[in-house]
Amino acid sequence: MKARVYVMLKNGVLDPQGAAVQHALGALGFDGVSGVRQGKVIELDITATDSAAAKAQVEEMCEKLLANTVIENYSVEIV
Amino acid sequence: MRAGVVVFPGSNCDRDMAVALKNAGAEVSMIWHKDTEIPTGLDVIAIPGGFSFGDYLRVGAIAARSPICQSVIRFADKGGYVFGVCNGFQVLTETGLLPGALLRNAGLKYVCRHQTLKVTTTNSVYTGGYSTGQTITVPIAHHDGNYNLPADDVKKLFDQDRVAFTYVDNPNGSVADIAGVLSENRRVLGMMPHPERLSEEAHGGTDGKPFFANLFDQFVSA
Repeated sequence: MKARVYVMLKNGVLDPQGAAVQHALGALGFDGVSGVRQGKVIELDITATDSAAAKAQVEEMCEKLLANTVIENYSVEIV
Repeated sequence: MRAGVVVFPGSNCDRDMAVALKNAGAEVSMIWHKDTEIPTGLDVIAIPGGFSFGDYLRVGAIAARSPICQSVIRFADKGGYVFGVCNGFQVLTETGLLPGALLRNAGLKYVCRHQTLKVTTTNSVYTGGYSTGQTITVPIAHHDGNYNLPADDVKKLFDQDRVAFTYVDNPNGSVADIAGVLSENRRVLGMMPHPERLSEEAHGGTDGKPFFANLFDQFVSA
């Protein structure tokens, strides 16, 4: 099965890339964008067949490598 | 003094670091990232600058999980001296040996220039060769040097006199202008600026020299 991991900077951590994207959108004439945060999506193909076990495994991967919990939050979705 | 310099794929300041340490009088061994044990008898380990593992995932993240870094962590946990410059600082925050994290520069640009720093504490083997409040000029060259730490932890760093250097005219958005930090036991240092790049006359300046000279003195007299 596939797992999808979303990693985002925590609220309160300045995201200069998101701010630059927001600025560029405004320059293109897209009004009404009051905030942009940029993160990343990581897709994993995993051999586990039990989705609860797979989720637990991927969460451990997030804690140990995929996210830096000092500055980032993550969420895991089993697809 | 016996020093080790860790080499990752993508390290590019490892040899400069080795030269600066040797010029100060140290005996230097290079430590390949796939080694699982560090050489015995080392006084200090340096984590050099560069782009370890292509900076994939996050700067320093993959290097921090490499086999040799587990040995570096054990070395530091036993009271060993470890310092990281630039990418080495990023690696040390990713290992958890130093607090905080380094994010993309606030200006989003790679910054490469001579940078004025203020020596904030002389209470460490790394900064003891300077005087408190002294300003020095050291090169910086990084894209991800924006030091990030919650406000309470920043206060704690200053209260414990663990900020080694601050920027004069902050180049990257780092909180409280922090350019270098020490661990609680003051034996682990991380800093974005490169003292090894301005440590002999031919470099055009020697403000980085006292860093290495003092380090050497500490381990000779010990």
